[in-house]
Amino acid sequence: MAIHTLAVLVENSPGVLARVASLFSRRGYNIDSLAVGPTENPKVSRMTIVLNLEGHALDQVSAQLFKLVNVIGISEMKDSDSLKREILLVKVVNTPATKEIVSKHKAVISDEAAGTISIEAVGQSSEIEALLKELRPHGIRELVQSGLVALERGDKTLSDRTLSTMGTANESNPNSSTADYQN
Amino acid sequence: MSKINGAQSLVNALEAAGVEVMFGIPGGAILPAYDPIFDSKIRHILVRHEQGAGHAATGYAQATGKVGVCIATSGPGATNLVTPLADAQMDSVPIVAITGQVPGPAIGTDAFQEADIRGVTMPVTKHNYLITDPADIPRAIAEAFHIASTGRPGAVLVDIAKDALQKETTFNYPKNVSLAGYNPVMEPKSEAISDAAALISQSKKPVLYVGGGVIKANAAKELLALAELTGVPVVTTLMARGAFPDSHKQHLGMPGMHGTVAAVTALQKADLLITLGARFDDRVTGKLSTFAPNAKIIHADIDPAEIGKNRHADVAVVGDLKNILRALVPATKAALAKSAPDLTPWLNEVYGWRKKFPLGYDKPSDGSVSPQYVIERIGKISGPDTIFAAGVGQHQMWASQFIGYEKPRTWLNSGGLGTMGYAVPAAMGAKVGAPDTTVWAIDGDGCFQMTNQELVTCALNNIPIKVAVINNESLGMVRQWQTLFYNQRYSNTDLHSKRIPDFKMLAEAMGCVGLRCETPGDVDKTIEAAMAINDRPVVVDFNVHRDAMVWPMVAAGTSNDDITVARSMAPVWDSQEL
Repeated sequence: MAIHTLAVLVENSPGVLARVASLFSRRGYNIDSLAVGPTENPKVSRMTIVLNLEGHALDQVSAQLFKLVNVIGISEMKDSDSLKREILLVKVVNTPATKEIVSKHKAVISDEAAGTISIEAVGQSSEIEALLKELRPHGIRELVQSGLVALERGDKTLSDRTLSTMGTANESNPNSSTADYQN
Repeated sequence: MSKINGAQSLVNALEAAGVEVMFGIPGGAILPAYDPIFDSKIRHILVRHEQGAGHAATGYAQATGKVGVCIATSGPGATNLVTPLADAQMDSVPIVAITGQVPGPAIGTDAFQEADIRGVTMPVTKHNYLITDPADIPRAIAEAFHIASTGRPGAVLVDIAKDALQKETTFNYPKNVSLAGYNPVMEPKSEAISDAAALISQSKKPVLYVGGGVIKANAAKELLALAELTGVPVVTTLMARGAFPDSHKQHLGMPGMHGTVAAVTALQKADLLITLGARFDDRVTGKLSTFAPNAKIIHADIDPAEIGKNRHADVAVVGDLKNILRALVPATKAALAKSAPDLTPWLNEVYGWRKKFPLGYDKPSDGSVSPQYVIERIGKISGPDTIFAAGVGQHQMWASQFIGYEKPRTWLNSGGLGTMGYAVPAAMGAKVGAPDTTVWAIDGDGCFQMTNQELVTCALNNIPIKVAVINNESLGMVRQWQTLFYNQRYSNTDLHSKRIPDFKMLAEAMGCVGLRCETPGDVDKTIEAAMAINDRPVVVDFNVHRDAMVWPMVAAGTSNDDITVARSMAPVWDSQEL
């Protein structure tokens, strides 16, 4: 099993999240996290899907996903050439020790009450995990995490590649050995 | 532009999409559409159950290659379409379903006859729509027909809220459909074609593994050209029967669970499978890890998601099969000019298997009628121009095995979903699409009792199909498995249907001619009597031996190497063959 991150551009149409979720459910693909939100184009939403997959399954997942009429483009976001971030909000006991952990991890105290502090952290999965590991012995009262979001490094954008051709017939690349599918 | 209501816009759009016929039943939410349908040039056939409408649309589409259309109301009308939609989607048949939905403001309130049919059908359609604004109707219809009929064909549902049908709008049918996320690849890549040709020119034991995609792509002629150019033996899957003439000397028959020994064994022993529009379904491969262990795979398909789904492809060729074959024939010819291995030893071997292990059946010793014989005789007497639609079960397998198919679109069945009850409504749809062609439904007594109500539709609408009920008083295929795997404990497979219902009387009650045949000597003359009736549907109740079994068989989940030709009987191979 290996973790893969897919960036998926979808038409911003009703039911599109259900279509993607239904596909993953019926084909038995395990989603670790899914984040969806607007993009610079109001007609397009972007999903970042983190999957735990075996062997060649990534090509198959991408191909099945690409069959959805509302899916415009898919790209694998590899660790080496993309920025990946998660958001953590966590409520812990208000003690000097927990405050010290916050400053050590360059997190932010966003709310402070008599008994607790609410901490905000943005970072890679490993950074978030490291922070949580230190906080855990002090008693975590409540925590919430966003799904991971990812953006390619450098001048390239996924949107450029797909949206420039939006609305025109353009050959996709099904013979490609990577998980990249663009219309 | 003149104002019309959404319902008129829908009917205009269906006419603009080229719809000639649709099968359906009105109801509350779709009612506004039925008013302009009354005046439309589109023929509307009032069915007796929405499932019948869906399978009729599928039969029409499979027989004609056009998009089949069915129409139903909201709630139960729409949910009754779920089975035929799933069926059509599994077999890549282009159909469009139109359903009424409760008015927009009522959606989500659990209103009377409300069902979230877009949500329900999401996993069983290629795409679907919920339309709440009448201005969106023409575009949605145009897109639905485009999506259903292009790329890998499939089922599309358009759900339209009642108030969208009632509100005023203008009609503007799009000239072109352009979808950002949907651009099927039609032209294969030239490198893929040359790689495929190179593999063919190196293979000493090739087999053409032909699936239903060849029929969908109308590529039978091109397949014949490739087969005759290369001399490679051909197997046609259940969905591909008729894609290659059964009478052709290179044809080995059907592969799979009930395939011929020659077809199954040729795939197992091959060094190359030239896979055309087939999907390595579990009914073909048996235990996947032991399937065709020495074969390299060329996989040509219009659906990139089929490549490598079940079996790794050494060469993937994505595109329309007609285009692929048109490119592959000259490329293969050029490659064979450089190197052409001698296929003679391989051909001697496979044709030897075909000769040694032909399909066959035993005549029952008690003098009762053999079901295989009935089906074989219907095929012989009716001839290769006939369209045959089968239900699901033993009779389906026998109809695939013992009728000779010479042309595409003459064999219709529910291959992927395995929908019992498919035959009668599908035959109805086929007959509507091909009114001058003889259409036989080969049905079982179990299947027939699921959807025979559409014979009323046939009788009232001048759709004179012929139905052979292969009546073994059982859910025969399930009974066969109980015989083989459950110690002959026939739990709930005895239908007691020799006389209840009386199929002859049932047929007469529905406005059809009812015939019955109980002895082998009467088989031919009963078929001939049925063939002579062309003004009404005919139902023949063939009372057949109930213990007949479908052979050969590869038991579910086992290896194709363990094919049996009769109960507990493996083929007897010459020692050098093993």
